[in-house]
Amino acid sequence: MNFNNNIPIYVQLIEQLKTYIISGQIKPGEKLPSVRDLALKTKVNPNTMQKALVELEEIDLIYTERTNGKYVTENENTIKKLKQEYAKNISAQYFKSMEKIGYSKKDTIKYLKELGEDK
Amino acid sequence: MELLECKNLEKSFGNTKVLNNINLTIPRGKIIGLLGKNGTGKTTLIKLINNLLTPTKGTILINGKEIDIESKKIISYLPERTYLDKTMTVKQIIKFFEEFYENFDSKKAKKLLEDLGLNINQKLSKMSKGMQEKVQLVLVMSRKADLYILDEPLGGVDPATRDYILDTILNNFNEGASVIISTHLISDIERILDEVIFIDKGQIILTQDADELRTKENDSIDEIFRRMFKC
Repeated sequence: MNFNNNIPIYVQLIEQLKTYIISGQIKPGEKLPSVRDLALKTKVNPNTMQKALVELEEIDLIYTERTNGKYVTENENTIKKLKQEYAKNISAQYFKSMEKIGYSKKDTIKYLKELGEDK
Repeated sequence: MELLECKNLEKSFGNTKVLNNINLTIPRGKIIGLLGKNGTGKTTLIKLINNLLTPTKGTILINGKEIDIESKKIISYLPERTYLDKTMTVKQIIKFFEEFYENFDSKKAKKLLEDLGLNINQKLSKMSKGMQEKVQLVLVMSRKADLYILDEPLGGVDPATRDYILDTILNNFNEGASVIISTHLISDIERILDEVIFIDKGQIILTQDADELRTKENDSIDEIFRRMFKC
């Protein structure tokens, strides 16, 4: 993983893991590798990985089964909610960028439709 | 009990005070960056901790005990310059380390050297500077120590190898052990640091959690360092 040194590393890890979960690359109920293995894979300090996982646990996206390790939540609603939140933010950003080059929201939607139709 | 404590440490060479009023605590299980410009006292501090220099004032405790010959068992130290006999082959040096340090894992060293594509039958003197530095790092990281102290481990190596060296450090430090890395190549190493210590003119001017510092200053450690120590 490539990191931006301007942003706390654990924040970037949280974002990355959230993306894996909402995109289904890591499935609901799936067991996560150990903190150390995850840290090795992403090439970060195990303490930093631990910090990221604690935050994901606080928002109930993952949970710890005593002695067994960490799992992704089985509650698909939690994941769905997060996914919608992400979709909303990404779309808002996109509309904003389009507005900067002179597209109204309506124009943008029209443009997207056209784009979807050609192929 | 803390892994390492420096209390009111002072070191003078003649009339020149090189380190002044150093108070420092290193907990277990952390990777700590000792960051400072050239000639600010980083190596002197490291040599004091390794008992290679004697403090003018103050004390150094390892696991609550004043440093002595026994502390060399639990500190694995990578000096700035090599002390190895360059006429020896890597294999001979491994043997030497095996006899010298109880906690040296020669299997691990051989595996790491193989991963790096280094020929252990080669003499150190026949190797490039970068290769020699890799050998030295592998030897240091192949000890099961409580504290690893690495003085400028990235000095003479190319960026690709720097990444390899960082990975080697991450993958090989013992659980519960700590690593102190001194360097001025901050942007290369900052992603693996738990804590940073800024040292300037022989004094510690900042000790902080790396991510907390980034959040507070909204910038990379490298940029914060550049701003703070602008010439």
